[in-house]
Amino acid sequence: MADSEYAGDLSRILYVDLARRVYWVEERPELFTEWFGGAGAGIRLLSEECPQGVDPLSPKNPIILAVGLMNGVFPLASKTVAMFKSPLTGNLGESHAGGRSSIAIRMAGYGAIVIRGRSESPVYLTIDEKGARFRDASALWGMNSASTVGRIIREIEPGAGVRTIMRIGKAGERLIPYSYVTTETYRHFGRLGLGAVFGSKNLKAVVVLGKKSFKFKDPKAYRELYEELFKTFCKSPLMCKYHELGTPMNVFPLNMTGSLPSRNLQSNRFSGAQELSGENMAEKYLGRRTACAHCPVSCIHIAALREPYENEPYFYKTKMISYDYEPIYALGAMLELKSPEGYLKLMDTVEELGLDAMSTGVVLAWATEAMERGIVKEGDAGGIALKWGDHESYIRAVKGIVTMENEFFQALAKGVKYASSKYGGEDFALEFGGNEMPGYHTGPVAHLGYLTGARHSHLDGAGYSIDQKMYKEGLKYTPEFAARELFEEESWRQVLSSLVVCYFARGVYTPEVVSRCLRTLGLERSPDELKERGRSVLKQKYAFKYREGFSLRNLRIPKRVYETPTPLGAITEEMIRAGLGEFEKLVVG
Amino acid sequence: MVKRLSVVDVDLCVGCQSCMFACNRRFGEAGLGRSAIHIQSAGGIERGFVVRVCRSCPDPPCSKVCPTGALTKREGGGVRLTYSKCIACGNCVRGCTLGAIFWDVELDKPTVCVYCGYCAGFCPYGVIRMEEVA
Repeated sequence: MADSEYAGDLSRILYVDLARRVYWVEERPELFTEWFGGAGAGIRLLSEECPQGVDPLSPKNPIILAVGLMNGVFPLASKTVAMFKSPLTGNLGESHAGGRSSIAIRMAGYGAIVIRGRSESPVYLTIDEKGARFRDASALWGMNSASTVGRIIREIEPGAGVRTIMRIGKAGERLIPYSYVTTETYRHFGRLGLGAVFGSKNLKAVVVLGKKSFKFKDPKAYRELYEELFKTFCKSPLMCKYHELGTPMNVFPLNMTGSLPSRNLQSNRFSGAQELSGENMAEKYLGRRTACAHCPVSCIHIAALREPYENEPYFYKTKMISYDYEPIYALGAMLELKSPEGYLKLMDTVEELGLDAMSTGVVLAWATEAMERGIVKEGDAGGIALKWGDHESYIRAVKGIVTMENEFFQALAKGVKYASSKYGGEDFALEFGGNEMPGYHTGPVAHLGYLTGARHSHLDGAGYSIDQKMYKEGLKYTPEFAARELFEEESWRQVLSSLVVCYFARGVYTPEVVSRCLRTLGLERSPDELKERGRSVLKQKYAFKYREGFSLRNLRIPKRVYETPTPLGAITEEMIRAGLGEFEKLVVG
Repeated sequence: MVKRLSVVDVDLCVGCQSCMFACNRRFGEAGLGRSAIHIQSAGGIERGFVVRVCRSCPDPPCSKVCPTGALTKREGGGVRLTYSKCIACGNCVRGCTLGAIFWDVELDKPTVCVYCGYCAGFCPYGVIRMEEVA
């Protein structure tokens, strides 16, 4: 089979112009045969579509939603990649989400959806294999509850079971640069502010539905490889690990090694680790486990929180609230919130209003310490005394951020980098490249990874796992080793996020296995070729970042990182700066 | 022995839809367009899931509304579809009380469970299984 005849024939890009309310399809097969779709296709489309230096909230900033060759074909290929210019960092915006998003886009027959322009009034899009429909969203705009928006669209649109409903909350409408896009209520394009980009376009939601089917030249080979992979996943430890407790299974081990940031990283251990552990949450609160489409692992954990109405005897509501490791870190450990009920209520507020839980937690942690140190006063926060562990004041503060009710909340609503530049306290403002810190203080490589990762995410090069390996094996940090490991890991992850495979499946989808998967589709790509493609995608992302003004040489590193020890000892600025220098040689050349 | 697909406990379902993809793979194809089993949420993921699949009715309403005799009763319950007789009128889809007859987008004909049990092999949580018809 020639490349042009590969199975699935993924080549169609749906372009939607919100200003003119038109759509069209362009054939771009090379984005999939050469770049496998997802991140590889996304960065090329973004580089084409996004003018240099553009304001991220201007109509010229595009939204790109891309899937890849393996979505809908092999198990655990369940993610969609969103690319845009981030209103939080002013640079490359990339966020991944599962739910049913990737399957719906793939089964509607598209490899990517590019959304341009700004609608003059609120709209949502319904996309199927025929194209896009523009629906009035005026009645949905301004609602306090993002889940209600989902509930309404669910009732009026077709495609139950084979669709995704991506939507923003009030935070996205109000252009908060760390607002999310949520899909299927519990999965998110959480980081870097895709929600605000939706909001800036007057775009409330995107519904995609589809049910395509496609043939293989050798159906038997496809079936056999699928069955082999499915069995491997079902027998693998990851299945049990992420199915039983989900990602919060990491709370105990990270806390035990002193890697779990608490009280704005004043501490590397969390006093509420027992209460908010995956074990305790599952025993006392777990109400349902669910899965992304085409993933048997089913890592999504949803707590059932039964709450009485204050003035109504024997009257209760039960809210279903998802929990994961990162939100537990950000809204639990960072704020020293030890009560699971308090944590769940705060999480629920953040979800309903449409903020990224991680950035929100780090922003609130900074604000609490700033108040503790007298840099800001209760009066600045409209009389709210932010105190570690006090979920009620945090819930009020989250509402304050979304309504931007005074100058202080307006500053918090711009992220911790901005707030600390205005009020001071940069030394304990935990941001890397403008993005708020993830939940791993495992050692120097984690922090080097936050700085060098194209998305400033823990998932870019997984520095934490390199630290953990060094800890277990008694290895010593060298900048060359750290930079090389991060670069190679982040490069390989470009291939996975082009296909688009969930990173939980990375242990099974090795270069050799991916090469076999592509062969069933009719594409011959050797493991080495695949790895080289990954490096190339990462370099393209870096070219975009540099085009937009990023540099590895002038990155700010919050001093707090050096003050609190890690399992690998204290981190020094020299260690990190040397690592940045080594990484620059690899990625920029 | 005549078999049918049984939904053992719908509350075990996590909504991964592996069964739907398996059903489509019967034809060696990827995707969902030919699947005869369908999983959707019961009004939001938080409420759990609904499994829509033929339950092998002893007296199936779908076959009664087939104008060409393409959909005939199977001994022991359920139906068999003779594609060559089917005129794709869609009566059976509307006639199934459970909504368990779907549309094969490739063939442009209905698709209904053939009781092969291939999907059950891909349900990791034991939601569905094959059982002999008593």
